[in-house]
Amino acid sequence: MEVLSWDGTLSSRDFQAAARVFAENWKQFNPALPPWTWVPCLKQPSRLSQEQGYLSLEKICLLGSNKEDEQEDVDEEEPEPVDNATLIESAGPQVCYYDFHIVYSDSYRVPVLYFRGYYIDGQPLAWDEIEKDLPACSSKVLLESKWTFITQEEHPHLNRPWYKLHPCGTSEWMKLLFLGDESLATNGVAVEQYLVSWLSVVGQVVGLRIPFDMLNHHKSCN
Amino acid sequence: MDMEAQRFLWEGAIPLQIHLHESEVTTLPSPPPALILAPRLGYLPLLASHLKPYFSTALPPGVDTIWFDYKGLPLKWYIPTGVLFDLLCAEPERPWNLTVHFRGYPGNILIPCEGEDSIKWNFINSLKEAAYIINGNCKNVMNMSQPDQVELWRSVLNGNLDSYRRVSSKLKLEAVGEMNSSSPRSRLSMGEVDVSGQVKPGRVPVRLYVWNVSEDFDDLEDAPPVDSWDKVSYINRPVEIQEGRCFTLHDAVKSLLPDYFVVKSLGTAESLTVVGDDEQRVSSEDASDDKKAEEEVETSSDDHVKASYEHEEPEIKLVRIQGIEPKLEIPFSWVANNLMHPEHFLHISVYLKVRQVNNTMS
Repeated sequence: MEVLSWDGTLSSRDFQAAARVFAENWKQFNPALPPWTWVPCLKQPSRLSQEQGYLSLEKICLLGSNKEDEQEDVDEEEPEPVDNATLIESAGPQVCYYDFHIVYSDSYRVPVLYFRGYYIDGQPLAWDEIEKDLPACSSKVLLESKWTFITQEEHPHLNRPWYKLHPCGTSEWMKLLFLGDESLATNGVAVEQYLVSWLSVVGQVVGLRIPFDMLNHHKSCN
Repeated sequence: MDMEAQRFLWEGAIPLQIHLHESEVTTLPSPPPALILAPRLGYLPLLASHLKPYFSTALPPGVDTIWFDYKGLPLKWYIPTGVLFDLLCAEPERPWNLTVHFRGYPGNILIPCEGEDSIKWNFINSLKEAAYIINGNCKNVMNMSQPDQVELWRSVLNGNLDSYRRVSSKLKLEAVGEMNSSSPRSRLSMGEVDVSGQVKPGRVPVRLYVWNVSEDFDDLEDAPPVDSWDKVSYINRPVEIQEGRCFTLHDAVKSLLPDYFVVKSLGTAESLTVVGDDEQRVSSEDASDDKKAEEEVETSSDDHVKASYEHEEPEIKLVRIQGIEPKLEIPFSWVANNLMHPEHFLHISVYLKVRQVNNTMS
C-alpha cells in the first residue's frame, strides 16, 4: 500500500491479521506481562464465518499511588524511568485492575480502545477513581472535551457499559504517523505495524505503554 | 428524499402508559399511570420533564435518575423509542405499558445517563459516525457552529422538521443510491433508478438489532417476550451498496449477518461485500465452500437432523423499520434514504428464527 494514497484505515481482515502479529510480538518482548489474547466472537457457530473478534489484555494491575507500574503485575518490581509530567498523586494504595480491549470499528475502519477498571473484589471503579489513574495530559483533554474523548458506551461484543476512546480522528493521525516514517515511504504501509503504532499513541491516553524494543523491532523488520 | 415520507416519520409517535415502579410508591392510593405520546424518533429519558412532576408526590426522598423497563427488561435510553417498540413489542401493544423508575439505576446494564446532555452527545456522536461512514470524514459535523449544533439538537428534541432540514442540509450528507446527487430529489422514485440499473455505490450507516428466537410461533401474538439483552445481537456495521445492480433490503440484511447466511453464488457474493476488496475475495471462497456443503446435504438428505443443524439457514420472521414491515425485495437505497433517523442511521429490527438441533428426532 502506498503511504501517500493511504487513508489511515484498515479492513477488518487486516485488523485480524495485525492483531495476531501484535499479540505474538507482545509475548516476545514482554514475557513478564500478561499476554494480549484474541477473543473470537461468533454470533452463531458457523464454519463459514470470517472470524470476528477483539484483542484483550485483562487484569492489569494499578497500584494506586504509583503511576509507573501500570503495566506490571503486583510482584513485578522493574525500575522504570520516572516521568514527572505524568505522575499524579493518588488517594490510597488500593489495588485496582484494568481490562483493555481493542475492538475493530466497521464504521471508522480503525481499532478502538475499550477499557474498564475495578477493585480486587470485582466492584467497578467510579469514573472519578479512573480519572485519578489517567495521565495528566488526558485529564486536561477530558476537561475540554467531556463528551468526545472518553465516554462510557456499550461494549460492541459484551453488551455492557465500558469506557471507550473516541475513534473519529484515528485514521487521520495514523496517516500522519506513517507519513513521517521514512522506511514506510520506500516500503509501503505494513499492516503488521499498524497496531503497535496505534497503541503507542492510544496507550498514552490511559497510561499503557509499549516498550521501545517492540516499536523498534517492527521498524527493523520493515 | 421524499419530503412527505420524512414528515410522516417525524410525526410518528407511540402512546405510552407509564406506571411508577411499585417499590417507589410511597403514597396510598398509588398514582395512576401517566399517559403520554412519545415521539418515535425521541429518547425515553427526555420524557422526564413530564413524568417527574407527575410522579413527584409519590416518590420517596432521594436523588433521581430516571430509567424505564418493559416487562422487567431495562430499556437502553440511547436506542430511539420507536426502535425499542419495534424490537420489543412483537405484536404492537397500544398503549405500550412501561414502568418508570427514579431510583436504583442498573449501571451494570445501562450506560449512565446524565440527563439531556448525555442524550444530546449520544446523538451528535452518532451523527459524526454516520458522517464518517458516508463521507470518509466527520469534519462537517465537527466544524458545525455552536448555534447550528444547538439548533440541530433542539429540532430533534422538539420534532421540528423544518428547522432540522435547514441545519442538516449544511452537513452535506448525500443520499445513497441516486446516480445524480445534484438532481432535485423530490419525486425521484427508486423504481426508475432500478430500471436503468444506475445505482451509485455508497456506504449506508446501519444499526441492526437481531432478536434470536428459538421458540417456534406462527402468530406474533404468541412470541415470547425479550427478557434479556443477551438475546438481542446488536450489529453496528455499514452496508456497502455496490454499483450497477439492484441491491435489496434482503441483500442488505443478509450481508450484515454473515454468521447466519451463507453466500449462495459468486454473483451474490460480489454484492455482499461489507468491508473491502479482501472481504470480497473471502466471500467468494465461502461461496464455493458453501456449494460443496449444499451438495453434501443433498446426497445425505436422509440424515435430516444432522443436515438441518449444519446447513439450514435461519428464517427471517420479521424485518421492521420505523414501525413499517417493508417487503424484503424493496431496493435498499430507497429504504436507507427514506427511513433513516435524524442522526442518519437506519435502525433495523429483525426477528430471526434460529433452528436448533432437535434431539427428539435422533
